[in-house]
Amino acid sequence: MNKLNQEALVEVKNLKTYFYTEEGVVKAVDGVDFEIYPGETLGVVGESGCGKSVTSLSIMRLVESPPGRIEAGEINFGGRDLTKIPEKEMRKIRGNDISMIFQEPMTSLNPVYTVGDQIMEAIILHKKVDKKEARRQAIDMLQKVGIPLPEQRVDEYPHQLSGGMRQRVMIAMALSCDPQLLIADEPTTALDVTIQAQILELMNSLKESYGMAIMMITHDLGVIAEVSDRVAVMYAGKVVEYTDVDTLFDDPKHPYTWGLMNSIPKLDKDVDRLEAIPGSVPSPLNFPEGCKFNTRCPLAEGKCFEEEPPLEDTDGEHMVRCWRYEDLEEIKKRGERIYEDRGVQK
Amino acid sequence: MKKEEAKERKKYLSNKEKIWRRYKKHKLGMIGGTIVILLLILSIFAPFFSPYDYRKPDYEGAYMPPQPLNFIDEEGDFSITPFTYGVEQGMDPETWARTFEINPDQKYRLQFFVEGWEYELFGIFESNIHLFGVEEGGTFHLFGTDKLGRDILSRIIFGSRISIFIAFFGSLLSAVVGSLIGGISGYFSGKVDLLIQRVIEMFQLFPQLPLMMALSAAIPTTWPPILIFIGIVVVLSLIQWTFLAREVRAIVLSYREQEFVKAAQALGANHLYTILKHVIPNCFSHIIVVMTLTIPRLILAESTLSYLGLGIQPPMVSWGVLLQEASNIQTIGQHPWIMIPGAFIFFTVLSINFFGDGVRDALDPKSN
Amino acid sequence: MISYIIRRSLLAIPMLLLVSLIAFFILTLPPGDYMTSYQNQLTSQAGLTTAEAEEMANEMRQKYGLDKPFLVQYYNWIKNIVTKGDFGYSFFYSKSVSAVIWSRMGYTLLIAGLCHFISVFAGVFIGIFSATHKYSFADYSFTILAFLGVSIPAFFLALFMMYIFSFELGMGVGGLFSDEYIMAPWSIAKVWDLIKHLWLPVIIVGFAGTARNMRVMRSNLLDVLGLQYIQTAKAKGLKNKTVIYKHAVKNAIKPIVMSMGSALPFLITGEMITSIVLDLPTTGPAFYNALVNQDMYLAGSFLMMIAVILVIGNLLADIALAWVDPRVRYN
Repeated sequence: MNKLNQEALVEVKNLKTYFYTEEGVVKAVDGVDFEIYPGETLGVVGESGCGKSVTSLSIMRLVESPPGRIEAGEINFGGRDLTKIPEKEMRKIRGNDISMIFQEPMTSLNPVYTVGDQIMEAIILHKKVDKKEARRQAIDMLQKVGIPLPEQRVDEYPHQLSGGMRQRVMIAMALSCDPQLLIADEPTTALDVTIQAQILELMNSLKESYGMAIMMITHDLGVIAEVSDRVAVMYAGKVVEYTDVDTLFDDPKHPYTWGLMNSIPKLDKDVDRLEAIPGSVPSPLNFPEGCKFNTRCPLAEGKCFEEEPPLEDTDGEHMVRCWRYEDLEEIKKRGERIYEDRGVQK
Repeated sequence: MKKEEAKERKKYLSNKEKIWRRYKKHKLGMIGGTIVILLLILSIFAPFFSPYDYRKPDYEGAYMPPQPLNFIDEEGDFSITPFTYGVEQGMDPETWARTFEINPDQKYRLQFFVEGWEYELFGIFESNIHLFGVEEGGTFHLFGTDKLGRDILSRIIFGSRISIFIAFFGSLLSAVVGSLIGGISGYFSGKVDLLIQRVIEMFQLFPQLPLMMALSAAIPTTWPPILIFIGIVVVLSLIQWTFLAREVRAIVLSYREQEFVKAAQALGANHLYTILKHVIPNCFSHIIVVMTLTIPRLILAESTLSYLGLGIQPPMVSWGVLLQEASNIQTIGQHPWIMIPGAFIFFTVLSINFFGDGVRDALDPKSN
Repeated sequence: MISYIIRRSLLAIPMLLLVSLIAFFILTLPPGDYMTSYQNQLTSQAGLTTAEAEEMANEMRQKYGLDKPFLVQYYNWIKNIVTKGDFGYSFFYSKSVSAVIWSRMGYTLLIAGLCHFISVFAGVFIGIFSATHKYSFADYSFTILAFLGVSIPAFFLALFMMYIFSFELGMGVGGLFSDEYIMAPWSIAKVWDLIKHLWLPVIIVGFAGTARNMRVMRSNLLDVLGLQYIQTAKAKGLKNKTVIYKHAVKNAIKPIVMSMGSALPFLITGEMITSIVLDLPTTGPAFYNALVNQDMYLAGSFLMMIAVILVIGNLLADIALAWVDPRVRYN
């Protein structure tokens, strides 16, 4: 339930997706909880390897299995648990109720089929219309995503389009069946900055007109700030902070989030030096005992090395996974820094 | 902290060690490699392993069928030392064909390090010790004998020398020639490059087998065996050199722009020195990979040519030459064991292919 | 694209000339010529004295121009080919080269063509199966069979099969027809007889080709299945079969289509060895006999013909590739 008293569109509870490899078990997603409400954008942010992509693939049940497997948890959508329904049912949902677009527009489209063919494929599959109608709808979609001369473009091949246009085609393809949720896995990372802005704007306006929810996965805080309503911060396979976007930027409670926020320059803040989180994400084959962030956290002590903190609700809408978030509050009030200077000039 | 130390050390495993570990993982590659080594030992020390002189005819014992080693005799007694039975010749009254009857009363036990026919190893050692044989008076033809009564096993062992080494030298020659030409082509670029490219295209225009056959037919059969050997090596290499030429050319082209080559030129080093010093070490892994592919092909090629009478000529033996006797269906029908050299060709090529697969995986692991 | 084809074809002509020159040269390398063996024949079989035989041989040499210098002979040969379509005379078969090759080419193409199609179809389907059932028992078995396919010498396989079928299974092999049918006019029965004899050489020759195609297909398909657009296709809710056949295979099959052009000469020469062993009335044994007896016009023409087929085949493959992969078309 959210503030508007809506039911969640997608409810992920304690999701665990593990990969069984030769070198050991990789716990890519290790107990993740969040909800996505209708019509909102949930941003999922974290460094590479934190499990955000695997989470989205788990929702779509596109995890390669073997070696991957959804070990535990529920993914509730439309009154059903997606982890338990048969594959045939899942196929009806993919591309139809839940769609996904990926990071690399250059390789996301099949080079031997026209752009139109690939859009029509989804339409014919899910909406069961004939080719003529499907083609009409495809051209219509191309227009909606802002591609000029759609009647011509529909018969072109992917290699004839630029990266930005291909991503628009991907969006057209994903929205062609009017899904309730669009999962976007780093959709703008491979694009130029100016194109990035265009694509994000497009996604936002389409979200309005289609009334759909978006799960925006990215490592870029700028994108998060731009489009999200609420945000889940992920680290080492778990959600470590979970709140609405404004609160996240104004009042981050987890040391990791705090580090992320302060490692990028902001136009409205004047700082002498940026903070940067030392070290790097631990290897998933070799997670430390206790809180997974303890290898890099400047506040880590005692309990942090023994027991994993639970996701705690601090004030109704702000969840944090940290033993010492209250101490961090104090430090923030005193205006101190927690990370060492890295010597970056302003 | 032992775990951490071990991890640190693991990070700094040398390239060679990484390659070796990857190779070990490839089970078929290991098996193939082991067999290849065994075969090499067999062929290098051929006389030691051969119970009989491969050249010496024995008209009386022509076309003897293979003699198995027995552990249990007619009365069911078990003997730890295996033995062969004595063999007597007879004649089938109806067909007039020679037959070989087993005489169960005569038993000849297997012995190791026996004295047998004299040989010279590498032109230095003289000896007459052989790995195995049977007691005085008995015969042990594991694979039978051919039409002149020569022990087929011994002929196969000696034949391995030619079959394996001709392929090796052919492969090496084609690798060297190919690399040189490819290197020159890539380094000089321009007209030289274009010309060489056309030549390479032309060679690939020609279907290999007929070309090989035609070239081999051009070698007079009256030449001394050593010249024929060299001739076949040249012919074989002529077919395969284009592979490496293309690869090396690509490598050289990509290195041409590299700074260190330019730096060497700035020092006044001449062209050839530059190519040799900087590029060739980088080609090593490519050369090895290509050789693991071409050696088995050349073994197949040489045996085919020799079988057709276009390659190695008797009295020099290669596996292909040994199979010349098996060209007549009647002969094969009556004495099927003369086909055994073919099985050796097959096993050797298969082993080298497995080994090569393992080596290629180790040098450049592709995600499968 | 038309201009591309025309340009390629024109480039091929001087290459073919050079090829023919080299081929002819190689064939005249061995000491002596056909008349040398003819002379030997005369003395050993016809009982002529050495002097008489030599005289006859020299007469024949003059008659056929074998005493002229190499370049003159070559020039005459090419001239006859280009102006009269006359490929020369085969001494060994006592017929014109065209007649020899023509009568045998039909069967060569039949066997080569059959093997080609079978090896492509079988190879592709087994390859797809192997890739989609990676590491299964079947996959391992096919992989091992594929290794076998490239490790067995063709002539030995032919010999061995001949042995098995003749002596272990008691079936007649060798040749393309049973004795009764060789000279008989065509009829359903004759066709059936042909089929009964055909399947053995086709299996032997097709084995290696199938093995190769299977490995290539498996490896390509596995590569393609790891590409991003496959995940996109799955995310649309397509059935796995659709994803594999419609999206993956169409991309993975490109190299095989490309190799189809160069496959034909490969198959013609592949069936050469098997035909020699099994004694089939195809071009293979004719070429072999020509080589051994220095029947140079026959051998040279055959080599040239193979080179021509290779060029045409490559051209066709390029066209096929452009049809399958639109990226090439628009270049």
